[in-house]
Amino acid sequence: MIHSLFLINASGDIFLEKHWKSVVSRSVCDYFFEAQERASEPENVPPVIPTPHHYLISVLRHRIYFVAVIQSEVPPLFVIEFLHRVVDTFQDYFGVCTEAAIKDNVVVVYELLEEMLDNGFPLATESNILKELIKPPTILRTMVNTITGSTNVGEQLPTGQLSVVPWRRTGVKYTNNEAYFDVVEEIDAIIDKSGSTITAEIQGVIDACVKLTGMPDLTLSFMNPRLLDDVSFHPCVRFKRWEAERILSFIPPDGNFRLLSYHVSSQNLVAIPVYVKHNITFREGSSQGRFDLTLGPKQTMGKVVESVLVSSQLPRGVLNVNLNPSQGTYTFDPVTKLLSWDVGKINPQKLPSLKGTMSLQAGASKPDENPTFNIQFKIQQMAISGLKVNRLDMYGEKYKPFKGIKYMTKAGKFQVRT
Amino acid sequence: MSTSSAFNDEKGGSSSVGEPEYGHDPASGGIFSSDYKRHDDLKEMLDSNKDSLKLEAMKRIVAMIARGKNASDLFPAVVKNVACKNIEVKKLVYVYLVRYAEEQQDLALLSISTFQRGLKDPNQLIRASALRVLSSIRVTIIVPIMMLAIKEAASDMSPYVRKTAAHAIPKLYSLDPEQKDQLIEVIEKLLADKTTLVAGSVVMAFEEVCPERIDLIHKNYRKLCNLLIDVEEWGQVVIINMLTRYARTQFLNPNINESLLEEGGGGEKTFYASDEDEDEDEEKEKKAEAVTMAKRKPYVMDPDHRLLLRNTKPLLQSRNAAVVMAVAQLYFHLAPKAEIGVIAKALVRLLRSHSEVQYVVLQNVATMTIKRRGMFEPYLKSFYIRSTDPTQIKILKLEVLTNLANETNISTILREFQTYIKSMDKDFVAATIQAIGRCATNIGEVRDTCLNGLVQLLSNRDELVVAESVVVIKKLLQMQPEKHSDIIKHMAKLTDNIQVPMARASILWLIGEYCEHVPKIAPDVLRKMAKSFTNEEDIVKLQIINLAAKLYLTNSKQTKLLTQYVLNLAKYDQNYDIRDRARFIRQLIVPTEKSGALSKYAKKLFLALKPAPVLESPFKDRDHFQLGSLSHLLNAKAGGYQELPDWPEAAPDPSVRNVEVPEWTKCSSREKRKEKKVEKPFYSDSEGESGPTESADSESDSGSGSESGSGSEDSRSGSESDESKEASESEEEEEEEEEDLKKKKKKKNEEKQLKKPVQESESEQSSEEEVRKPERKSKQNKSESESESDEDEESESESSESESEDSEDSEAELKKKKKVAPPKPAFKAAKKENKKEKKEMSLLDLDDFEPAPSPQVTPVNTFLSNSLVTDLEGLSLSDAALMPATIAPSSALKSYELLHRITGEGLSVEYCFSRQPFSPDANMVAVQMHFTNNSTSDTKSLHMEDVKLQSGMRVKEFPEIELLPAGETATAVMGIDFCDSTQAANFQLCTHTRKFFVSIQPPVGELMRPFFMTENEFKKEQGQLMGMNEITEKLTLDVKCRNEHTIVQKVTTAANLSRVPCGSDKECRFAGRTVTSSSLVLVTVATKDEGAAQLTVNCEKMVIGTMLVKDILLALTQ
Repeated sequence: MIHSLFLINASGDIFLEKHWKSVVSRSVCDYFFEAQERASEPENVPPVIPTPHHYLISVLRHRIYFVAVIQSEVPPLFVIEFLHRVVDTFQDYFGVCTEAAIKDNVVVVYELLEEMLDNGFPLATESNILKELIKPPTILRTMVNTITGSTNVGEQLPTGQLSVVPWRRTGVKYTNNEAYFDVVEEIDAIIDKSGSTITAEIQGVIDACVKLTGMPDLTLSFMNPRLLDDVSFHPCVRFKRWEAERILSFIPPDGNFRLLSYHVSSQNLVAIPVYVKHNITFREGSSQGRFDLTLGPKQTMGKVVESVLVSSQLPRGVLNVNLNPSQGTYTFDPVTKLLSWDVGKINPQKLPSLKGTMSLQAGASKPDENPTFNIQFKIQQMAISGLKVNRLDMYGEKYKPFKGIKYMTKAGKFQVRT
Repeated sequence: MSTSSAFNDEKGGSSSVGEPEYGHDPASGGIFSSDYKRHDDLKEMLDSNKDSLKLEAMKRIVAMIARGKNASDLFPAVVKNVACKNIEVKKLVYVYLVRYAEEQQDLALLSISTFQRGLKDPNQLIRASALRVLSSIRVTIIVPIMMLAIKEAASDMSPYVRKTAAHAIPKLYSLDPEQKDQLIEVIEKLLADKTTLVAGSVVMAFEEVCPERIDLIHKNYRKLCNLLIDVEEWGQVVIINMLTRYARTQFLNPNINESLLEEGGGGEKTFYASDEDEDEDEEKEKKAEAVTMAKRKPYVMDPDHRLLLRNTKPLLQSRNAAVVMAVAQLYFHLAPKAEIGVIAKALVRLLRSHSEVQYVVLQNVATMTIKRRGMFEPYLKSFYIRSTDPTQIKILKLEVLTNLANETNISTILREFQTYIKSMDKDFVAATIQAIGRCATNIGEVRDTCLNGLVQLLSNRDELVVAESVVVIKKLLQMQPEKHSDIIKHMAKLTDNIQVPMARASILWLIGEYCEHVPKIAPDVLRKMAKSFTNEEDIVKLQIINLAAKLYLTNSKQTKLLTQYVLNLAKYDQNYDIRDRARFIRQLIVPTEKSGALSKYAKKLFLALKPAPVLESPFKDRDHFQLGSLSHLLNAKAGGYQELPDWPEAAPDPSVRNVEVPEWTKCSSREKRKEKKVEKPFYSDSEGESGPTESADSESDSGSGSESGSGSEDSRSGSESDESKEASESEEEEEEEEEDLKKKKKKKNEEKQLKKPVQESESEQSSEEEVRKPERKSKQNKSESESESDEDEESESESSESESEDSEDSEAELKKKKKVAPPKPAFKAAKKENKKEKKEMSLLDLDDFEPAPSPQVTPVNTFLSNSLVTDLEGLSLSDAALMPATIAPSSALKSYELLHRITGEGLSVEYCFSRQPFSPDANMVAVQMHFTNNSTSDTKSLHMEDVKLQSGMRVKEFPEIELLPAGETATAVMGIDFCDSTQAANFQLCTHTRKFFVSIQPPVGELMRPFFMTENEFKKEQGQLMGMNEITEKLTLDVKCRNEHTIVQKVTTAANLSRVPCGSDKECRFAGRTVTSSSLVLVTVATKDEGAAQLTVNCEKMVIGTMLVKDILLALTQ
């Protein structure tokens, strides 16, 4: 299975290597660098690169390439999924997954990698088990460790791997027992030139932060579970119960985890909360172009659309822009031709707009491609699909937990073509 | 790495800004220190007494390893600390050891004894970690030690250690492949393990060491299927991939009929593919044979095949993309065409994930769309391309869209393509043009539209776009050139401007090929080309020569000189290909006295009608690689890839997958092999449990000829014949004789059954013989595995024995009695069933499709010791998940009619109390419903509605049965909390057309569950339940049930209680707890002379007590 792992930063330095079987020379990464050179963009490096003796499977996260070296047949998704799990674990441990964070905690990273794979086959990937084995570094603990010389490695051997619920640590204790659930929905949409929706779908997740003592058994039910068309669960969810009753019944892991991700059935029409009016023209022979963009709310159910951000890749021929936003600020990078406009809230009374001119390369013919606008926004306290949690019950423990549920709608891959 | 290079690295490392921490590190910073001294301080720290210093040193060393620096010279200093008390130091030493042991083999040996000690540690986690490190040290000398350690660990008590042993197997194999045979033995042993923890790891080991030993899987197949959902996600992937391969060798192609239709339909012959055609023909012949076979025997899916499909389906909901992909490929390769659709939704969901995941998924989707387009059509829009997608994703999505294009959706797809052409990403635009070309060739109606669109693109400003269009237009024009001479003319003009060699070459070829359509322009183009010949690229030069040759043949008057000129230029070209071509063509077309026979045919050679190229997806035929595999992604065989075998033409013997009764069900009957005979009923008992009705059994006995005769049935018939043989050996006389009699009766019944169908048709006779063969085999297999399992059980039996306080002897005696208990119900039930069958022969056919039972999850309630119950706790999840598959009513249980088939208009429903724990809710009584559709039409959406209950009662409805085809049966389990009362639960049973009012009333005996206690505990509890809580009745036992084991059997049939071990043979004691309130129910039957007896029931709930007394009285006196 996974033979070795190399971490490579944006400038092409190998800054960490780990081998689970015999050592593979780091020169194997030269094939990766070759592929990297061929690819125009960092994300265009093929995830699987065959070399004469090995196969390189890589993922790119936080501008770090995680390159796994494989020697024989293995499902590529197996490796990719595992590498992402590694990144998630680092993020969980260090807050961020950057080169600096990994270098600062190189020993913890090494210990983690040692536990996560045995002979290249995943051993312990549940964050709860890992945290029992290796305690995450905190500032306080680092200080105490330097003074007392104690360690980050758990003194007790973990029992999680042996239990029936491997995702939960035993002996969890909290003074305040809380369970929070965030229902976050994202709208993926493509809107065409004339403003009509080409495709739109809603993807949602329920992220949970559960800090409960003991072994609580939770059930979460929805007012309208029929909305959920396709779901995938954290392994803790009892699938049969969902099949039969449409109730989420589970013993939660301790801490943060993603309980559920779902897709809202496509029969339901998706409400598009914003509209975009645009007028972008280039005149033949002139070195000027007109740029006019207005945003407005639509089907927001009375909620405010906030944190709106519009970004667009303008045609290569555009040298610079001279625009005037009615609110917010905009930036334009003349090198990458990336325009981004931080709008903020949309006020329905006074619609935000961005107007002005673009200067084109003199003498060049008018660009024939049109820019696409990528829009980001947030709407608090609303799930756009209308999904509602009915109730949350706890069994198996005697105390009364504090429960909270939050809804939010965000733009996912929301594009407007012009 | 050489020392000097390490030096340079370090220099660079310490000066870089990002690593201030190591900049101060004296160990790595010493540019001027000599090689020998550079790690002196670390060595000192390691030698010190302080753990903190050691830890600091180890951390620095690990940091060096992480950066790929050489730290091997510290080996002696580090290895000394292998026994350090500090856990973190120890762990880091392990890291170091595993990294460098290979280089310093002799020194590494120093550490071995520490691990060997660790292997004996009482803590399972320490044993595991010792084995893990020991097996990770790649030192050949210790191979025997590793082998020994693995063997020992494989039979460790702790599943975690066994898992580690499984992990160690591939490590040892890669170190010394000669150990293969021994390792296979260990694998075989571990494959039989029943814990989810081990399953994934051992299958992984199997795949690495001996993937060809598919025979090892047979016995474990059903177990793996059933455990699958509870295995950790990584193990699931490995198991599913392995089972896909396995299923391909063992089952028949479920699409065999359809694949033939496809073959017949798609008979268009392609020009270049004539060779392949022959192969295809052969294949067709083969298929035809297969089909004639299929006609003889209509396809019936093996229940094991169905089991696999059913148990993997929920995993499509996994959060792990690899698991979803694994299930998807399993369905693609194994499922009947009609069922494959379910995977589309899950795969589309993965498209939301990281771009690397998308990349892999899209590759697989692209392959799938070629074979099964319909599956993804509803999700067409999910493959629309966003400007932010990476180019490689865009191109794959384009591929999928192209594959999905058909007459109905082509207009939307083309509109979408039009927007793509305006994209800034030129590679993507080029791919889009290619895609349009493919749509145009595949769908005739839009060919002209596409061509017009592409011609418009010829005036695009971007040369790349134009070039790509030219290439595609060329291919399209080849299909019908005569209509499009104006396009050819237009393209001829382009030669002045366009510079991309491929496009120029395409235009030249086009003009040459169709020079008759453009007789005036062609020579002119040649003239221009001749002028620029020397500056052209090689492919263009070759096409110029081609053009010249063709023109010379058609229009030699105008072009003779030009051609000579071009050929002369080519003769002195730098490229030998071009020189060769020129020489060759000159010989062919220019007639000389020496020219051979060929020049006569020059015209035919050059201007032969060429077939239009077929624009094919690059993903065509990739599905001969297993989907989701690395080999499929690369379209090349990767090392270690296991070919996906073709379906067999005839299914191999399905009985190889039969498993004997799970070991632990025999645990109460394990000590004396002599008593085999008494053991036997356990087989039939559990078998009866697993098959929803006995009729299924007798059906396979009667050899009704279906190959799907589910495995366990065969083994049952095998065990029965064993039974009768061994009966003679047994020592205990009276009882046995009695039982023998019964058996004979039963056998007679069966024989009667047997004869009937045989008379019915002759063809069935032959198949009956087939059924018999496996029987013999299974007998052999059984005896083997039995001896094996017995060993395992020894340890378990000890543990359970130690619990009881009684002397060994009485214990053994008790066990005998316990064993004696169950046979009767089994026989009785069997008899009953046989009677029933006589009435209703139609039942026979129905059970053909019964899912194969999964024996290892069939609980034998009464006989579980406490320790076993805890052992099994890990399985409880799977139990819940697999419920519909594993519901197993004991045949000893009475079934009640819920709905008669007359009132139910063909739908008949029976229910029984399966006496299994109802896992979704422990307070509920599991009620197993058995639906039979006797009507001629399908019944749809069977579900419950309108439940009317007394207060406090609760019902857990059974999952809706979506479809019950005519003549089929189905089983479902529902849970009812009766609240410790015998009130009926009323509800409506709804089908898609009708509703039936039904009610379920429990006999009081079903409101309790067995509870295991010792005699002393029993007496203590009984003492506390005196007075009002005690009810005593005197009775005279029926003549037939005066011996102890009949009493036990009668009582346990009447009430769900467990036997309490007891010293005296005059008394039988039973204990249980009510399901809802867990109040104790204690029953004592004390026998006296001449059938007189006294029945005592102690129970907190007086109502239950009174009713129970009545029921038991009735049972004992009849």
